[in-house]
Amino acid sequence: MIPANYFMILSVILFVLGAVAFFIKRDLITMFMSVEVMLNAANLAFIALTRSAHSLDGQVIVFFIITVAAAEQKKTIKTEDIKLMKG
Amino acid sequence: MGYFLFFLLAALCVGSVLGMIISKNQAYNALFLIVAFASLGGLFGLLEAPFIAVVQIIIYAGAIMVLFIFVIMMINIRTGIPPEKKKWTLYLSLGLAVVLIIELIVAIKAAFTLPVSTETLEAGPVSLGRLLFTKYLYPFEITSILIIAALVGAIVLVKKKEKV
Repeated sequence: MIPANYFMILSVILFVLGAVAFFIKRDLITMFMSVEVMLNAANLAFIALTRSAHSLDGQVIVFFIITVAAAEQKKTIKTEDIKLMKG
Repeated sequence: MGYFLFFLLAALCVGSVLGMIISKNQAYNALFLIVAFASLGGLFGLLEAPFIAVVQIIIYAGAIMVLFIFVIMMINIRTGIPPEKKKWTLYLSLGLAVVLIIELIVAIKAAFTLPVSTETLEAGPVSLGRLLFTKYLYPFEITSILIIAALVGAIVLVKKKEKV
């Protein structure tokens, strides 16, 4: 069984990479993609802690995070469409 | 075996995110991200969360990334629009970076003292669904309102575009 801190460190690395990508990248679509990477890093931390805290609550929260990410997706894509049409 | 799988999937995930940072082409970026999300789904499976692993692959690697690729195909631009430069964002990002680094150091230090439980967690869809509809019923309903708001917002934005 792999200890949870391995997953925590992987999650930290992913979060930092997502943040770096968000600031380095110029185009909006890739910036949204790096936001998704950061959300997934948070999900990984939640799941790792769910196992070591021995409760299912973290997995439910991850479920909500995925739902919110999917909802956000719709709106951001439409917004971007408009910005590109105007610009 | 578990360690081998963990390091394989972790390397795949970090490598594809790095590829996303390096690559300039948006379509390649989306494909790199699909690899990253799929390997994250494998990691969730390794953490004894099979339902979340499946949801990750279906929703993230499936639905969300297909939407991304759809948009990239519709607006076929390589470089994107350059954002305007602002001076204060540099100082703001420096301050935020310092705060983030301090926070991460604290978090990593705390992660090394985590207790390791050896019992297996029963995380099938049944127990997850029971929790979702009892303890987390109100957040669940609020999520549906959020999705309706997102849908209505998207429709409103599209309507405005037609007028202009």
